[in-house]
Amino acid sequence: MAATPQLQLRCCAASGCRSAGSAALQAALLAARDQLGGAAEAVTIKPVGCLRLCGRGPLVALDRRGGDGQEPSAGSTELYAELTPEQAPALLAAATGLGEAPTAQRLDPAHPFFALQKPVVLEGCGVVNPESIDDALAHGTYAQLRRVLLECTPEQVRDQVKRSGLRGRGGAGYPSGLKWDTVALQPPGPRYVVCNADEGDPGAFMDRSVLESDPHRLIEGMAIAAYAVGAEQGYVYVRAEYPLAIERLRLALRQARGKGLLGSGIAGSSFNLRLEVRVGAGAYVCGEETALLASIQGQRGTPRPRPPYPAQKGLWDAPTLINNVETLTSIPVILREGGDWYASIGTEGSKGTKVFALSGAVANTGLVEVPMGTTLRTVVQTIGGGVPGADGPDGGVKAVQTGGPSGGCIPAHLLDTPVDYESLKALGSMMGSGGLVVMGETTSMPEVARHFMRFSVNESCGKCVPCRAGTVQLAHLLDRFVERRATLADLERLEELCTMVGATSLCGLGQAAPNPVLSTLRYFRQEYQAACRDPDQCEPLDACVLQEVTR
Amino acid sequence: MSVHTLTVDGMEVAVPEGATLLDAVRAAGVELPTLCHLDGLSPVGACRLCLVEMETSGHLQPACATAAGEGMAVLTQTPQLQHYRRMAVELFFAEGNHVCAFCVANGNCELQDVAVAVGMDHSRFPYQYPNRRVDASHPRFAIDHHRCILCTRCVRVCDEIEGAHVWDVANRGGECSIIAGLDQPWGEVQACTSCGKCVDVCPTGAIFRKDDTTAEKEANRERPQLLRSAREQHQWQNQ
Repeated sequence: MAATPQLQLRCCAASGCRSAGSAALQAALLAARDQLGGAAEAVTIKPVGCLRLCGRGPLVALDRRGGDGQEPSAGSTELYAELTPEQAPALLAAATGLGEAPTAQRLDPAHPFFALQKPVVLEGCGVVNPESIDDALAHGTYAQLRRVLLECTPEQVRDQVKRSGLRGRGGAGYPSGLKWDTVALQPPGPRYVVCNADEGDPGAFMDRSVLESDPHRLIEGMAIAAYAVGAEQGYVYVRAEYPLAIERLRLALRQARGKGLLGSGIAGSSFNLRLEVRVGAGAYVCGEETALLASIQGQRGTPRPRPPYPAQKGLWDAPTLINNVETLTSIPVILREGGDWYASIGTEGSKGTKVFALSGAVANTGLVEVPMGTTLRTVVQTIGGGVPGADGPDGGVKAVQTGGPSGGCIPAHLLDTPVDYESLKALGSMMGSGGLVVMGETTSMPEVARHFMRFSVNESCGKCVPCRAGTVQLAHLLDRFVERRATLADLERLEELCTMVGATSLCGLGQAAPNPVLSTLRYFRQEYQAACRDPDQCEPLDACVLQEVTR
Repeated sequence: MSVHTLTVDGMEVAVPEGATLLDAVRAAGVELPTLCHLDGLSPVGACRLCLVEMETSGHLQPACATAAGEGMAVLTQTPQLQHYRRMAVELFFAEGNHVCAFCVANGNCELQDVAVAVGMDHSRFPYQYPNRRVDASHPRFAIDHHRCILCTRCVRVCDEIEGAHVWDVANRGGECSIIAGLDQPWGEVQACTSCGKCVDVCPTGAIFRKDDTTAEKEANRERPQLLRSAREQHQWQNQ
């Protein structure tokens, strides 16, 4: 046995690759294996989660393991992209040494897109079979939950999270350890733990990928969180637009209950936890924590003023820990490697890694996990490969949009900014949940601002007047700029109203709704001025911008 | 009973525990405009007119929905707050179809009052002229959605005081509207007891008695508070 190398084909079965035909490809691989027989029969074909380079799906990884069954090292793995079912026999033949591999489809695992990634949250993504708890257990999932329940007190768990410096990955970046402490230290009584998987930012698919690729790791993280704060009931709030994620999560919950990893007396301890999935009904605002909690309670999904914060009064007025998917999925690794290990990654104020969903005008689109503090240039140009077909120092990038409709556009000349909470905030954008949309030089910034403002108009819950009526007025004002019939007074009014909506809206979504306008005004003001009906009245303009207008 | 002391615009006030910032502001004798808030109903903090600035952090908080705490210091009349309030009222006027001259509530309208209070004599934002409905199916009352400012007082009084929950909010954003029953004509909603509390608490002329014509609406906006104190503290009006 030791002489023959073990062969394994990992086929991506997450949404991105599925939409590119990965299901047909996997079926073709299985059929080809049966047909080829012989050496091919020893090849394991396994569905896995996201293999990162979503833009070139369906992706398949080929592992050539040593005979001792050890994990594949980077050098022994080959990666293939954009495979068709017709190429399945050729791939299998190549794997068993009987033919030529489809070289055009072969990717270089040493390419920066793969080499510069640091998988922590995504450690199991693309490795484990998301539909098999046995495979998850074989890869060490639930080991930390068992260990923590037997060996650690809740205080010790919270201490590790505090030491790790982990901050909320949903966007706001609140220190997770502090939040856990706040919930744990409330007066005795029931508590809840909630996972926010209502990922709604356009261009963001990090949470979806985790749910579809490694749901057991999230469940383990949630169970550890519940133990640390003393909760016995939890909910995962997933948006209905993620059917595959919901299906796999529900399956994973059933499997975990079946193995005694959820329910009563988990893993032989006295700890009980019930976890349920709640499916959203298509409201972006339900990603806001108080609206999400109202929705779980069966009420209209609208935010309420804070304080009291959910950590004090959340679900049914009980202390509630609410964390994002990525935050909770980081927990098992933090406990395995220790809080100090996690804190050694990243920057002073932002520890650990961050998952980004890279999309837009960029050569390599997909899922990227990098240490905090990596520069945007590294992410967009080195990892992302810049704008296809463009060159120049900034790789044809005009701006990078982070944080979705709550974030802002960072211009190309600031691409050397390190990715961390404070740096992005200082630029008028925000970390957000991790959507990173690259914009090429032909993008019109007032149009980008209008696009996001229209999103906010559609998604405003309508509770408070600045967001409900203010975003409508902002969108109308932006129409005037896009249609080049604005006046200088419109520009003043636009800024004035942006400030008012940002300062007075009830929830974070309303408060952040003007950010796309404010950040484009900050870095691309000339485009707004050029859109005025009488540009001469504006401050002096670049000659080139004027030319563009008159052309 | 424990007491919290705090300052409002530099003035020291003491309020009982459980009081809101709005109670404290009123205790200091300061007038703060409100629209969605009504004594006796649960606060929602939606109209943003009673926003006050927390002196230390600079954060803005709705006075109606924020608990007063020991040692808090709030500012209620900074130029910035006054500016925001004016803009909020402008947004209210631009969003609906508010024509005082032939409104049933003319002269007895809280939206009109706050416009005067914040000095809003015209809106700089273009009027949206939304195409909304009028529902006159109820035998005694009617609702004109053009005048509705979505304060949800009717929703709350019907749910919290009358216990009928005839009203609710449908849709979202600018499409939000108050609905009766399961979005039925008001007259067909059997849960409605015709108590008229929603008429009494409506800050504008959106919900009115059919007998009333221009400027004839009389509202009884103290009713929820009177009923609440009657039930909870057994204090009756005639005692």
